[in-house]
Amino acid sequence: MGARPLRKLRPRSREFLYLIPVGVLTGAGFASVYIARQSFVSWGSLGYAFFFLALFFAAHFVARFAAPDADPYLLPMTGVLTAIGITEIYRLGPDDAFKQGLWVVVGVGLFALALIGLRRDYRLLENYKYLFGIAAIALLFLPRVPGLGTTVNGARLWVRVGPIQFQPGEFAKIFLIVFLAAYLREKREALARARLKDVGPLLLIWGGCMLTLVSSNDLGSALLYYGIFLAMLYAATARLSFVVVGIALFVAGGYAAYEKVSHVRERVTIWLHPWTTHTVYCPLTGGQALRQDCQSYQLVKSLYSIANGHYGGTGLGKGTFNSTAGKPLIPYINTDFIYSALAQEIGLVGSAALLLVFMLFVARGMKIALQADDGFSKLLAAGLTFGFALQTFIIVGGVLRVIPLTGITLPFVSYGGSSVVANFVLLAGLLLVSHRANTQ
Amino acid sequence: MNAQISRLALVALILLSALIAATTYWQTWAPGSLAAKQDNEIQRVAQFRIRRGLIYASDGKTVLAANRAVKQAGQTLYYRRYPTNGFASQTVGYSTQGRSRAGIERSENAYLTASNANLGTIFDKLTDNLKGTTVTGNNLVLNLRVGVQRLAESALAGKCGAAVMLNPQTGQVYVMASSPSYNPNKINSDKGYASILKSPSACPGSTSALLNRATQGLYPPGSTFKTVTAAAALDSGTFKEDSPFFDPGYCVEYGQHVSNAGNPEAPEAFGHVDFLQAYEHSINAVFCNVGMKLGARAVIDKAKDFGFYAEPPIELPSSQVDASGEYRFEKDGLHLFDDPGQMDPGRLAFGQDKLLVTPLQMALVAAAVANGGTIMEPHLVKKVTAPGGSKTVMKVKPKVWKHAMKPSTAATLNKMMQAVITGGTATGVQIPGITWAGKTGTAETCTRCTVYDAWFIFFAPADHPKVAGAVVIEHSDGGFGGAVAAPIAKQLVQAFLPATSK
Repeated sequence: MGARPLRKLRPRSREFLYLIPVGVLTGAGFASVYIARQSFVSWGSLGYAFFFLALFFAAHFVARFAAPDADPYLLPMTGVLTAIGITEIYRLGPDDAFKQGLWVVVGVGLFALALIGLRRDYRLLENYKYLFGIAAIALLFLPRVPGLGTTVNGARLWVRVGPIQFQPGEFAKIFLIVFLAAYLREKREALARARLKDVGPLLLIWGGCMLTLVSSNDLGSALLYYGIFLAMLYAATARLSFVVVGIALFVAGGYAAYEKVSHVRERVTIWLHPWTTHTVYCPLTGGQALRQDCQSYQLVKSLYSIANGHYGGTGLGKGTFNSTAGKPLIPYINTDFIYSALAQEIGLVGSAALLLVFMLFVARGMKIALQADDGFSKLLAAGLTFGFALQTFIIVGGVLRVIPLTGITLPFVSYGGSSVVANFVLLAGLLLVSHRANTQ
Repeated sequence: MNAQISRLALVALILLSALIAATTYWQTWAPGSLAAKQDNEIQRVAQFRIRRGLIYASDGKTVLAANRAVKQAGQTLYYRRYPTNGFASQTVGYSTQGRSRAGIERSENAYLTASNANLGTIFDKLTDNLKGTTVTGNNLVLNLRVGVQRLAESALAGKCGAAVMLNPQTGQVYVMASSPSYNPNKINSDKGYASILKSPSACPGSTSALLNRATQGLYPPGSTFKTVTAAAALDSGTFKEDSPFFDPGYCVEYGQHVSNAGNPEAPEAFGHVDFLQAYEHSINAVFCNVGMKLGARAVIDKAKDFGFYAEPPIELPSSQVDASGEYRFEKDGLHLFDDPGQMDPGRLAFGQDKLLVTPLQMALVAAAVANGGTIMEPHLVKKVTAPGGSKTVMKVKPKVWKHAMKPSTAATLNKMMQAVITGGTATGVQIPGITWAGKTGTAETCTRCTVYDAWFIFFAPADHPKVAGAVVIEHSDGGFGGAVAAPIAKQLVQAFLPATSK
């Protein structure tokens, strides 16, 4: 009886109602961190939770105005993910939570801009497809520019302009998806016939991805872009053979990289054999060490952290992330390894629930792609959603030793401005497509 | 295009479900083996996040082990400190930042960290967790008596040896002292630890101050073992208190002379004596003959009735409690054996042969006589209380461990042990106004030398024993049990009895 009247409500009213449990969850999360760590944090910091909620209601009112008929689940699910992320970031370091909060403000701002600016017809983006394509490539190579790029955690992914540091790759991903959606929509028939002339640009993209992989030591992003590309190509052309050939090419390229490029080989070795019983050569120090004390240190510490969560987790605020000497056990814990931190504190129950939210988000995103009625919208929604899913898989799978570990962010959860802002833009894209599909 | 999009959705959802499966693996199957990894520091840190319970002496006031809180990098860690700087150090033990533990700190770790299975503790821990306060372990109250324990430690200071005193009716251990001792606060630093390992010791060749000589020290029992032989003899019915013997100063075993104590060339000879006198004066020749008559099997079986060949069920880590019995020295160390074919019954009967015993075991032999033949389980812990100290989580109840001998045998032995003090080898330790009982022992630690392990086992008062015990002094040059160990026992009994008889 309860569900029926709810179904009759307009989407935005439902969204408003769904945001209420998100608020309760956020409040509970912050409160439990506060309770567990009251000797280290003050009451005042609980204000983050209220501020955070206010932001989501602001986003809701923008959507009410600009995309009233859009899917009512995506924004509350984003709220859950962001809340979980900011709660854990707050637990790991209240100062970072404050910065993350500011980035959420920027994200919501851009989200509002995108929704309002494109509310009439986002499909005009199609006209600027090559601009997006070129922008994507430019952004990807920005960190390679001497003086601009900085190397963090062994990968050259960051650009520093004054005090602001950001990862252009996060935006390149969205631009690339917009470009591919437009390009593939236009060329899909030609591509389906597999004329060499039309396959050319695709080979170009494959080469670009391989170059990224080799030059910036960024296996994760290469896998991500390439995966998005193959998925969208398949969606557009319905040719499974493209996927097979694409995967074969990637495997061949990957194998060559494994043979020729030492850091690629190193990543794979760490993945296959993180623990050694005898000391091996340690490139970090130049001496001999057990691999778990050297190259696979991060991965192994992260696995210990996850394992320490067991079924129920230690409880928010009660995990162990520092040694007895106070030294952090896991580097980059609030970005690449946020999942290891969460898994320890919320346990299997909590991390499975978190992954289910990601799955629901993906399911809603794909439903939007199915409901959309033009090729560009379908490809855009499917690409954005698949990219979101693949990025989650690459980082969490890496942390869980399902695939070799490469550092990228967990959407909405990880600490990091570029990631949060880019993912809010992604959300705006999905809501625009959904609104358009539902109004027709 | 919808068919492809549906398939993409499927692929995406399969990838994400793989993550749930992998998380399940790492959080359910793997944790056990990961927790055991050497470099898993989480396990180490986690144990310092718990505020360990306090350890008190029997008065419930003297704190033997407390905590100091260290706030660091967003976490509060609790490290142990020992306010007494060494009180029954080997028995209380230590819990260090380097993850190692010993003594009660190790054996009672579950109570001290509130990980025991009592419902009340589980509830308290849960509420601690919900309130966000630090999990606090249960407190231990030991049976160790502050005054007598301190007295025992100062009496042993500068010597090498051990003293044990316990209640023969309940098994409560009042004193467990081992010398040389150490300051447990020093264990944690490398320098401190090294200084403990090479602490000046009055016992050449003997090793660490970390050794709990009361439960791990293996000594030849010497004549104190005659108590066990006498129990075997009396229980068998073949011998009585007044059974007559003739002592020429030696006994003949395997065609060779086995002499009484003293100068082997001119041993003491007592002539015509009865069994009580033989015990009173500790005549080896008589016990040698009794042993040969009874056979090694009967003596060893009686020793087992007293608890030999088993680790006494005391609250210490198993690695810190040794069983007593006949030991064979092999390449990889000492090994218990109980094959009578390889024993020398005559020498066994007066406590030489290959017998090695712990002071705790010998205290239990005295306690058996004091308690009518029944040995109670020895207990260091009196009770476990909840944090705050008001609620009792667990109270140790007296429990029978062994039936060592017939009550009539115990009564006879009681008389015989009194005779040792009134007219035998320990007449120097009589206490005015108190009749007590004991047995000396002077064990040879080498052939044809005058360095002995000096023993005294005892209980007091003789008629209603309130305390039984054993004292051993290692490598006492030329000192017999009656002259070296018995006076320490006297001091302890004198200090203890007025306190309890009031």
